[in-house]
Amino acid sequence: MSALTDDTLPMTPRAMRDEMIVFAVMAALLAVVPFTGIYPFFVMQALCFALLACAFNLLIGYGGLLSFGHAMFLGTAGYVSAHALKVWGLSPELGIVVGTAAAALLGLATGYISIKRQGIYFSMITLALSQLLYFLYLQAPFTHGEDGIQGIPQGHLLGIFDLSKPLVLYYVVLVGFLAGFLLIYRTINSPFGEVLKSIRENEPRAISLGYKTDQYKLLAFILSGTLAGFAGSLKVFVAQNASLTDVHWSMSGEIVLMTLVGGLGTIFGPVVGAFVIIAMQQYLAGFGQWVTVIQGVIFVSCVLLFRRGLVGELAHLLRRSL
Amino acid sequence: MQALYAQLLVGLINGSFYALLSLGLAVIFGMLNIINFAHGALYMMGAFVAYFLLNLGGINYWWALLIAPVIVGIFGMILERTMLQWLAGLDHLYGLLLTFGIALIVQGVFQNYFGSSGLPYSIPDQLKGGVNLGFMFLPIYRGWVVIFSLVVCLATWFLIEKTQLGAYLRAATENPTLVRAFGINVPRMITLTYGLGVGLAALAGVLSAPINQVRPLMGADLIIVVFAVVVIGGMGSIMGSIITGFALGVIEGLTKYFYPEASNTVVFVLMVVVLLVKPTGLTGRAA
Repeated sequence: MSALTDDTLPMTPRAMRDEMIVFAVMAALLAVVPFTGIYPFFVMQALCFALLACAFNLLIGYGGLLSFGHAMFLGTAGYVSAHALKVWGLSPELGIVVGTAAAALLGLATGYISIKRQGIYFSMITLALSQLLYFLYLQAPFTHGEDGIQGIPQGHLLGIFDLSKPLVLYYVVLVGFLAGFLLIYRTINSPFGEVLKSIRENEPRAISLGYKTDQYKLLAFILSGTLAGFAGSLKVFVAQNASLTDVHWSMSGEIVLMTLVGGLGTIFGPVVGAFVIIAMQQYLAGFGQWVTVIQGVIFVSCVLLFRRGLVGELAHLLRRSL
Repeated sequence: MQALYAQLLVGLINGSFYALLSLGLAVIFGMLNIINFAHGALYMMGAFVAYFLLNLGGINYWWALLIAPVIVGIFGMILERTMLQWLAGLDHLYGLLLTFGIALIVQGVFQNYFGSSGLPYSIPDQLKGGVNLGFMFLPIYRGWVVIFSLVVCLATWFLIEKTQLGAYLRAATENPTLVRAFGINVPRMITLTYGLGVGLAALAGVLSAPINQVRPLMGADLIIVVFAVVVIGGMGSIMGSIITGFALGVIEGLTKYFYPEASNTVVFVLMVVVLLVKPTGLTGRAA
């Protein structure tokens, strides 16, 4: 069975240096965005989704686990943070912590259940679990059903940073994104990440080498879910609402699409993919349901024509690791 | 008690759809190694084809029951020839992603032209009305759906488990290379298998049209429940799929009566329980 990334390059000092340069360029570009006249709300939204897609990519790209229910982390953390901020009146930093912790707990529970089966079954189980949560949130009183939680106060982060100012909020989201990104990068290149890759390539062999692969998979799942939840908590401050769309299966599909477009198992692919898909939704908003059709066409053409994704194809062309 | 029997009947009907759809998924997975995410969209297409046949061509329900699965089956075979066949040898996940894309396209196109509301499809004259069974009033059409689905499921089981063609099919599932060496055209069998699985989904769509109305998203949520059914039952056995499908439909119906709040989620909860107790699924070969 062919692996998801067919040309993984060994981690050399040169590859590490390349990645660091690209990271620095990305961080610098993102840091100057507010001064270019680009609508900051759009970039903040894209950053949240980029972190979400990176978290998802940690599972699929490095663990070979396709979760078709990652929206459940986005939505759960969003609902919990929103409730904590609005009803309990917690401060922003505590709101983020509570939301992210909820996603971590959810990751523990759903991960424990879904890693009991491999491959395609894993995908179906995660999808079914997220649908289960969707119906729970539809009926639970605190989510306000179809209306969602609206008008969430943004407050002052650590009592200093006024998050209702777009510029301040932008840099807070950016720092959150970069921190999450670096954590994922560190994980991928750690001994833990190497074992994860070996599970992706050949799980029975990893088991025969004495690794308790279930524990590694569960840990990766929790980490991925937690970071996805962190993205969901940040998004609450940007969108100032939490609604059912964030837990719907179509959102899980969009996360998959972003990562696929950018490149499964590439480091920067999910970020590029998230920006491409969010920009597309922005510009095609007037086309109604055709957006869904276009997304479907992108799915089909990615799978059939360029499975490596944008960044993956570029990396393959340049023979670099990106 | 009337209400209980009525919910049991609804459960049996939903169970018929679960059985027909999970059966198709299992047959397709056996031959193509693909989980067909487009199954729900093709189920919806079946209902729409029946609607078009009636309203544009004046072709009645009975012919639609035959023609719609054939048309959708041919559409499926075109999909298999033009796209799915290129995924042979790749990771299973790509099949899921590709068919998810196909589902988005098909559902998006229909949504664009027909919105999200339902189109009516009336019950054929011969099946209108109902009979009083003494303990409950049975609408004839609903009884028909259950019995007809059961017959189709058993016929499919017979085709695969007891006929020469089915033997080829099972052999090709186990070892396609060897079966090809015997001079059997395996690629053509794969295409026909996909057509068969998709045809079963379309048939379920036609059956559901008079009950649930014809909606572009009628298959979108259903397919996720069917995935849970497949996880519970496993895809190793045809009879297992049929029994699990009907059983879960009945359990869902009972839940609607005893604890309606959980009727949307009961199948998923059962999936969790089965995974915790017997991770390989009820009919159990490990994946």
